[in-house]
Amino acid sequence: MTQTEWDRDAVTEVIEQKKSMPGALLPILHGIQDRIGFIPEDAVPQIAKALNLSRAEVHGVISFYHYFRTTAPGKHTIRLCRAESCQAMNAESLETHVKARLGIDYHETTADGAFSLEPVYCLGNCACSPSMMIDHEVYGHVSPQSFDAIIDELKEVAA
Amino acid sequence: MITVYVPRDSSALGLGAERVANAIQLEAARRGTAIKLVRNGSRGLYWLEPLVEVVTPGGRVAYGPVRPGDVAGLFEAGFLEGKAHPLYQGLTEEIPYLKNQERLTFARVGITDPVCLEDYLAHGGYRGLRNALAMEPAAIVEEVTASGLRGRGGAAFPTGIKWKTVLNAPAGQKYVVCNADEGDSGTFSDRMIMEGDPFVLIEGMTIAGLAVGATRGYIYLRIEYPHAGVALNQAIEAALQAGYLGDDILGSGKRFQLEVRLGAGAYVCGEETALLESLEGKRGMVRFKPPLPAIEGLFGQPTVINNVISLASVPIILDKGGKYYADYGMGRSRGTLPLQLAGNVKRPGLIEKAFGMTLRELLYDYGGGSASGRPIRAVQVGGPLGSYMPESQFDTPLDYESFSAIWAVLGHGGVVVFDDTVDMAKMARYAMEFCALESCGKCTPCRIGSTRGVEVIDRIIDDRDRAKNLALLRDLGDTMLAGSLCALGGMTPYPVLSALNHFPEDFGEKSVAQVA
Ligand SMILES: Cc1cc2nc3c(=O)[nH]c(=O)nc-3n(C[C@H](O)[C@H](O)[C@H](O)COP(=O)(O)O)c2cc1C
Ligand code: SF4
Ligand code: FES
Ligand code: FES
Repeated sequence: MTQTEWDRDAVTEVIEQKKSMPGALLPILHGIQDRIGFIPEDAVPQIAKALNLSRAEVHGVISFYHYFRTTAPGKHTIRLCRAESCQAMNAESLETHVKARLGIDYHETTADGAFSLEPVYCLGNCACSPSMMIDHEVYGHVSPQSFDAIIDELKEVAA
Repeated sequence: MITVYVPRDSSALGLGAERVANAIQLEAARRGTAIKLVRNGSRGLYWLEPLVEVVTPGGRVAYGPVRPGDVAGLFEAGFLEGKAHPLYQGLTEEIPYLKNQERLTFARVGITDPVCLEDYLAHGGYRGLRNALAMEPAAIVEEVTASGLRGRGGAAFPTGIKWKTVLNAPAGQKYVVCNADEGDSGTFSDRMIMEGDPFVLIEGMTIAGLAVGATRGYIYLRIEYPHAGVALNQAIEAALQAGYLGDDILGSGKRFQLEVRLGAGAYVCGEETALLESLEGKRGMVRFKPPLPAIEGLFGQPTVINNVISLASVPIILDKGGKYYADYGMGRSRGTLPLQLAGNVKRPGLIEKAFGMTLRELLYDYGGGSASGRPIRAVQVGGPLGSYMPESQFDTPLDYESFSAIWAVLGHGGVVVFDDTVDMAKMARYAMEFCALESCGKCTPCRIGSTRGVEVIDRIIDDRDRAKNLALLRDLGDTMLAGSLCALGGMTPYPVLSALNHFPEDFGEKSVAQVA
């Protein structure tokens, strides 16, 4: 298997910056994921060493949290809400549409690397269900049509 | 210069508020009209978002829901003078949905610029802290106890009693932790406070620090709320600069430092001990109690951990007195509850009212019935671990005891509405699936029981050995209720069994009416 390239300096920088915080592991993992999009498996030894933890402990933490990922994401990450309020507003048919349109299931990335799809359980946007988040922005009242328009616009910007 | 308000609340942004704000700036510039554009929090009238307000001599006038394409027409119609337009909603404060509320905790949300300290001060901000600085710690705790405030995160434990335990715990370092994980589906009041009035949370935490002798505070914020993080950090910085936080609060010699930490998408980290584990940099595994966090909490030190709304309700209690707050409400539920109305409802939003209004009033007088126009069949109150309630229970008053009497919970105040197209067996299955997905894995009934639960419900839905599997489902529910360490496993039976009890026909059983 080929190793994904990632920015080692960025990881070192994050670790050095945060390692003396109380309870530093989550801030470090967030810092790394913010900088390079994921937490590379082979960064684990370095994190473990800096915090005086075992590799297994660091692995255990990364795998416990749904948000952390160990593979590179697509250019944009779409988080589709599966929780009750959105279900009450047809989230399920939206989900079917989204998966068909992108041609992927949850936890997958489109072949062109443009989009990753993740489920999410409430975005606090329940008064405007159904909801999704793309990168750091929330979208409300999402319909199959508005979803397509948003995706097309993002693709255009990228092109 | 005319002042125009366009919310920066993330739900409003999710409906295009940013583009509306830009369009207003552009159109004003094009016309050579000078305006002052303020980005406020949301008033919580979400069916009208993006809600644009204009300051007129008669008060703030509302227009909504405004799309970018409406902006030129609004200028044309003279909205800067509060003139008529199809989107005109009249004076904001006179909109019945808002006018009939009792906004104590949400007093400033939607009104002020959330990150402007001067605006906060001009609207009664930091009066509670000033009072607290002149009081003995025990007297602050006494005031909170007198208010009758109970934790708004779900468990409804009296806040004053919790604080007293921490005050009396000897320690070198104590902590105040704010639970801003707001994982419950159907809820968004914490988000609205953090985005719409972050100073009130900061003030509440500072008062909590003074009350119990804690000098450090953490806000554990869910990663799904980036806008709240930005607003909180801006407000913390402003408070620090002005001496409301830091090493010498308003010259009193008292210290309080505050930091925002981010969660990482684990629902169970809203459970207070799992949250503390997470803050310490570990997996969010629930701890055995005792010891209580009040005795051994963050890094083993005495810790106050409270929900956002609990802490954000403290400033008004210290400003106006515990009695003022306690005069609202009914029975043992004192004060107000910010209810969050969501799902299939015509007028979703934030409704802060004294305890005691009925669910029916909330659903119809405020909510206006379902969004689809079909009959409301079920509502889930209190998040994903709350019971489903049928129409026959809609006259229940919204107070903790009335709800527990019918095996339901108010929790964090979320209310999710479903119309008659809902399949309750599917909702029960989802509750089990959610539990399986989010279980911390520490106890078998929760970890294994929830996975079994999904399988059992699947068999019921497929009509395989229905009678046997229904009995099995009830057994599973009893095991989870009795044998789980925390409320994730311990309360998942609430949505599951309430769905089965109130809507047996969706599980292939006789309906409640047929049995009666
Ligand atoms: C699975 C689970 C999730 C919870 N999630 C939250 C949450 O997101 N926010 C919250 O304030 N309390 C949550 N709680 C309740 C907390 O454990 C705790 O009761 C609360 O933070 C105490 O603060 P309060 O007394 O001010 O409500 C959760 C509890 C459980 C069992
Ligand atoms: S009930 Fe579930 S989430 Fe709670 S402690 Fe047990 S396994 Fe963990
Ligand atoms: S349930 Fe989807 S945003 Fe809350
Ligand atoms: S903008 Fe008001 S205090 Fe800075």
